[in-house]
Amino acid sequence: MTVMEQRGAYRPTPPPAWQPRMDPAPLLPDAEPYRVLGTEAAAKADPDLLRTLYAQLVRGRRYNAQATALTKQGRLAVYPSTTGQEACEVAAAMVLQERDWLFPSYRDTLAVVARGVDPVEALTLLRGDWHTGYDPYEHRVAPLCTPLATQLPHAVGLAHAARLKGDDVVALAMVGDGGTSEGDFHEALNFAAVWQAPVVFLVQNNGFAISVPLAKQTAAPSLAHKAVGYGMPGRLVDGNDAAAVHEVLSDAVRHARAGGGPTLVEAITYRVDAHTNADDATRYRGDAEVETWREHDPIELLERELTGRGLLDEAGKQAARDAAEAMAAELRAHMNQDPALDPMDLFTHVYAEPTPQLREQRDQLRAELAAEAETGPEGDTHR
Amino acid sequence: MTTVAVKPATMAQALTRALRDAMAADPAVHVMGEDVGTLGGVFRVTDGLAKEFGEDRCTDTPLAEAGILGTAVGMAMYGLRPVVEMQFDAFAYPAFEQLISHVARMRNRTRGKMPLPITIRVPYGGGIGGVEHHSDSSEAYYMATPGLHVVTPATVADAYGLLRAAIASDDPVVVLEPKRLYWSKDSWNPEEPAPVEPIGRAVVRRSGRSATLITYGPSVPVCMEAAEAARAEGWDLEVVDLRSLVPFDDETVCASVRRTGRAVVVHESGSFGGPGGEIAARVSERCFHHLEAPVLRVAGFDVPYPPPMLERHHLPGVDRILDAVGRLQWEAES
Ligand SMILES: Cc1ncc(C[n+]2csc(CCOP(=O)(O)OP(=O)(O)O)c2C)c(N)n1
Repeated sequence: MTVMEQRGAYRPTPPPAWQPRMDPAPLLPDAEPYRVLGTEAAAKADPDLLRTLYAQLVRGRRYNAQATALTKQGRLAVYPSTTGQEACEVAAAMVLQERDWLFPSYRDTLAVVARGVDPVEALTLLRGDWHTGYDPYEHRVAPLCTPLATQLPHAVGLAHAARLKGDDVVALAMVGDGGTSEGDFHEALNFAAVWQAPVVFLVQNNGFAISVPLAKQTAAPSLAHKAVGYGMPGRLVDGNDAAAVHEVLSDAVRHARAGGGPTLVEAITYRVDAHTNADDATRYRGDAEVETWREHDPIELLERELTGRGLLDEAGKQAARDAAEAMAAELRAHMNQDPALDPMDLFTHVYAEPTPQLREQRDQLRAELAAEAETGPEGDTHR
Repeated sequence: MTTVAVKPATMAQALTRALRDAMAADPAVHVMGEDVGTLGGVFRVTDGLAKEFGEDRCTDTPLAEAGILGTAVGMAMYGLRPVVEMQFDAFAYPAFEQLISHVARMRNRTRGKMPLPITIRVPYGGGIGGVEHHSDSSEAYYMATPGLHVVTPATVADAYGLLRAAIASDDPVVVLEPKRLYWSKDSWNPEEPAPVEPIGRAVVRRSGRSATLITYGPSVPVCMEAAEAARAEGWDLEVVDLRSLVPFDDETVCASVRRTGRAVVVHESGSFGGPGGEIAARVSERCFHHLEAPVLRVAGFDVPYPPPMLERHHLPGVDRILDAVGRLQWEAES
């Protein structure tokens, strides 16, 4: 007798009344990622929406390029690029109403900017300036979150609180494929489903967690399949198809707003650039793979659709590029100014009222700064 | 003036009362955790709250500490004042990522825009014969995390006052509730609970001239007992109950040590890297010229919390405290 057979002998018989609490079939994602561009569904898409998506993608691509360039000039400490993932970033911001909330991960600066946050303020974390440059309440965007998946339970709690207050608010939370292995991912999805919280989870499966490919991250059929175990629908979408991502996320937001509870959306996309400017991607993947994905570029896909249907001409493309260029120029100009940080600010926002211990340390720093002002930093022999 | 009956109450009852009063006073206060609803918590501290305020305000959550604290963060972002219960000291550890990376620093990382008024109740400490993972004294971890307040009551009245103050605070507060004092009784007037003072003041529980015992939480009654016993030796001990570990009340502590010239720090958690080291250092730095002897520590051993059958050897008791006092080597008091 094998061990499994032996174990089988001890398996308790379920009581007669046992039945699954829910038919899992409607929760299961489609076998193939949902696509719009290049399919019949595209004919039904709103041309204005497609053109807006296009302009946003072009702007997003330019933003990624500009921010990456700023790292080379030493103006940004680090930048995790979303080149190739712009469709997810832009759609995540676009499907939300003003009163809704976005919970980004550290990679999602572009979504934050697309939501309306000032591009310079969105970059303070990555510049080495104060951690969060923007007021989270102004655009209802949570701070960029560096520890993986920890922003997901925040999104659930906020959406839950809003619903308890009777407010019609949806939270959209973003996470990478690697982040789905974290305990917080699991706990957030479970809480959301149990509470039927109006949350949309967007997993950007961009192939890698730094160097680790998806196959070493999970054994699940897809990340969207994980939804079923929590009792929420899972949707699989082509993450480079902006129209498809927009539609699937819009559906999920509508579902949440109507009281239907959370949805897990897996967008299959690709990280064209390295993890960050500090990463050497040639150590874990070949050029051929990257090239394949370049042919499936979100901007090209949409451009092909739009030009094929006569919705975009050369002038339209130029207009999108010009707008993106203007944004990049402004970003450059602002980022080239040195931020003025006040060292005394170290103590300003630790507690509502500084503790006696912090007041003492504040006095110490003040004295050090006064001494430095008198003798100059050279006077400090410990430098 | 009406006279109000002052009746004995347990610390657990005072905590329940604090939660109830806070919930009644402010609809933003939400209690959440494992078994806090129908059951009223494994220590019954949340007893009756779900019935009185509804399950939306006193919520049985899924069994997941990171999830409990993580969702509380989102709720606090939206204007609620969550009070979460971690069932036992050692079961709070799964939530440490949320605690340290977000709860403690959200105010700081958002430049004051997003304060998180979260209260984290943690039944802690030993002496109740608990099995493994039910008796940890985890205060050093919390103390070492900037952005958190850390309080721990030793009396029934303080249990009420500190918990109310914690819930009222616009900053996250870890309330360490000494498990073995849950059932300790005190005369307490529930109709007129002591005025809730801001967090951060220590109190002299017993004044004396020979030496100061600096302590908190579950060790306070032990130190009071030691002080009584010490009288037979001709020692007149002062006992300072810290009540708040963060912020730390240097003023009250140092005033006492300057008076007595000698100090022993007493707590259950281990001494290496523990709170006593910090306290002894602060006292030495500030009172060096008043000290007649080094500041000593009487703490738990630096071992994982022992099995119940051995815990009496681990926990600082009266004898160990008196022994330390003896080692302060002063001239016999006349
Ligand atoms: C809790 C935690 N562990 C480790 C890291 C270090 N880290 C930063 S990004 C990253 C990979 C994340 O991969 P994924 O979730 O797929 O997101 P992507 O970077 O692909 O957008 C790791 C391991 C972290 N930020 N947080």
